[in-house]
Amino acid sequence: MLHKRLIATAALAALGTIATLAGNPAFAQVKIGVVTSSTGPVSLVGIPQKNTVPLLPAKAGDLKIEYISLDDASDPTKSVTEVKKLISEYNVDAIIGPSGSPNAMGVISFVAEAGVPMLAPVGTAAVVLPMTEQKKWVFKTTQNDDLIAGALVAQMVKTKVKTVGFITINDPFGENWAKVFGELAARNNIKIVANERYQRTDTSVTAQTLKILAANPDAVLVAAPGAAPVLPQTTLYDQGYKGKMYQTHGAALPAFLQLGKNKVEGTILAASLMLVLPEIPDSNPSKKVAIDYIEAYKKLYNAVPATFGANVYDAGLLLEKAIPVAAKKAKPGSKEFRAALRDALENTKEVVGTQGVYNMSAADHSGFDERGRELITVKGGNWALLKP
Amino acid sequence: MNLQIVALLGQDGITNGAIYALLALSIVLVFTVTRILLIPQGEFVSFGALTMGMMQNGQPLTVAWLLVALCLGACAFDLYDMWRTSRRRPSLWLPAKLVYAAVVAGVALNLNFSTMPMLAQIVMTLLLLVPMGPLMYRMAFQPIASASPLVLLIVSIAVHVALVGVALLVFGPEGARTAPFTDASLELGSLRFSSQALWVICVSLLLIVGLFLMFERTLYGKALRAAALNRMGARLMGISPVFAGKAMFLLASLIGVMSGVLIAPITTIYYDSGFLISLKGFVGSIIGGLVSYPVAAIGALTIGLIESFSTFWASAYKEIIVFVLIIPILLWRSLSTRHVEEEE
Repeated sequence: MLHKRLIATAALAALGTIATLAGNPAFAQVKIGVVTSSTGPVSLVGIPQKNTVPLLPAKAGDLKIEYISLDDASDPTKSVTEVKKLISEYNVDAIIGPSGSPNAMGVISFVAEAGVPMLAPVGTAAVVLPMTEQKKWVFKTTQNDDLIAGALVAQMVKTKVKTVGFITINDPFGENWAKVFGELAARNNIKIVANERYQRTDTSVTAQTLKILAANPDAVLVAAPGAAPVLPQTTLYDQGYKGKMYQTHGAALPAFLQLGKNKVEGTILAASLMLVLPEIPDSNPSKKVAIDYIEAYKKLYNAVPATFGANVYDAGLLLEKAIPVAAKKAKPGSKEFRAALRDALENTKEVVGTQGVYNMSAADHSGFDERGRELITVKGGNWALLKP
Repeated sequence: MNLQIVALLGQDGITNGAIYALLALSIVLVFTVTRILLIPQGEFVSFGALTMGMMQNGQPLTVAWLLVALCLGACAFDLYDMWRTSRRRPSLWLPAKLVYAAVVAGVALNLNFSTMPMLAQIVMTLLLLVPMGPLMYRMAFQPIASASPLVLLIVSIAVHVALVGVALLVFGPEGARTAPFTDASLELGSLRFSSQALWVICVSLLLIVGLFLMFERTLYGKALRAAALNRMGARLMGISPVFAGKAMFLLASLIGVMSGVLIAPITTIYYDSGFLISLKGFVGSIIGGLVSYPVAAIGALTIGLIESFSTFWASAYKEIIVFVLIIPILLWRSLSTRHVEEEE
């Protein structure tokens, strides 16, 4: 009996060794983990991101890339579990994701501890600012709020807006906008005469908009992501507000046009060039990349991707450039390779993405400049470039 | 803050409060008859609103498959019960359910409702969604009808969670918003009332009066009240608790879907919006001690008004203000009512 068991154990052990060897193939292979929220409340953002995974580059230099895509169900706790799983079980070299800002904030310490670079396609600038020892491992493939706010405030100054009513969603996205916009407005002598909050699931924002109306501002800025920015604007429209309406890049979605219909006509927002691609001059380097992405996505899903998907696509492009650089220093799968990958990402120069050009530095892990935003307006129920 | 703002806030509060009142009523209805706290009540609201939205956007009404699935499920339960109790003669309800599901699903999936008049859209929404109530009761609650309220509550929560998931699958994460019933608006001096708000208030009043008449004047209503007051006694008088339960769920889903249809033009409803709305209706019904209809309705209206005014003063703390208010009310209730042990 004992012998039999010993033999069985030995056989199993041998098999195990072979399996481990097989899992470590002779040709080098890079493993990238992707965590998206393809179910749950953030899925409006997460679904196009998950759908983008098959479009990501399959090779970087002469290294093959394997993607492991997991769903965190929009739950920040589950994001942590999935990220830990990717690091310890799959031994990934880098992580793309998670989709939601709170989810990304929650996993920073874990990726930093494991020394795995993470490319977060999230809105909040807080994942890379202010730069700390932990956030060194995090890169962000969306425009920072201050870049968007800067464009909006510049437009307000140009059109002589003196007073602004501000309404934003009651979460980290909204808090960061309140901070960024408040500072920029104060610097440009624009007075915020009403500062209101609301929830995504609110059935009525009448009380907040009444307060804004009572203050009678020249313009109103709504800051919220997804389909949420529609309600304050339509309520203001119904109450007869005649001033200018501003939105952030959070509204840059088909749902905004569809839900708002004629009530959002003339809204001004700053967002990625993807919305107004046909109007962008061919000289813009991102135009070609964006068209390629949209075409590939359309071919696969028969639908136009939201900009959120493009943020994951850009993460793929950044990795494609950085992996060969890092591969010169160490072998994929090792701690040294991941550190080299982080350094390579931080030294990204002039990488053209779908929504702008990335120039990373030790202080700036988002890397966008003015080429990463366009002033857009709603014209005839569609997005249009705002002509200066 | 001038008189005009007070009037507008009042209008907003009453409009929302009317919906909360409807939901509070149906939560009380269901609880008194079946001892089930109907957590999924809010899902009827979001399903109603989102189905209307799908129709008006000309999207295929995939929610019809949910009705088919629920009908098939309920029939499977019926057949299992027949086999277990060795009853040979099938009830007529079984084929009737299947025919109903097939006809309604066939109509829903093959016609384009986006060009039809609003009334046809509303009727179709009701036909599709209202049967979900009794079917849900058949599958989730009837087999455990005699279980303790705690077990019923746990199942109720499970049904809620499942329905939210189904809603995401069927309707997607985008919200929906529908066209108002009528475009007119009423001008009273410097005040402007949107016609939809008036619709909400009028239909809510009609439903409340209709429920009152049904419970006071009809035999079925009286039978259901009897079942609510004393379940054992009602059963001895030949009132079937299964029928009472199904009837209550039918009413609850009718009220819920109607509420969803009513508020869809005012706001954006998401697949997960229902819970917060029904939670406020629930607070209203708690104020009524889960037994009193008029107190529950007044409580829900008060919640709507408090919500509206507290939002005006401190929008960031609105939800906290509304829910913190439950504490003194619960305190008052527990101090003022005599505790009676529930007999099991």
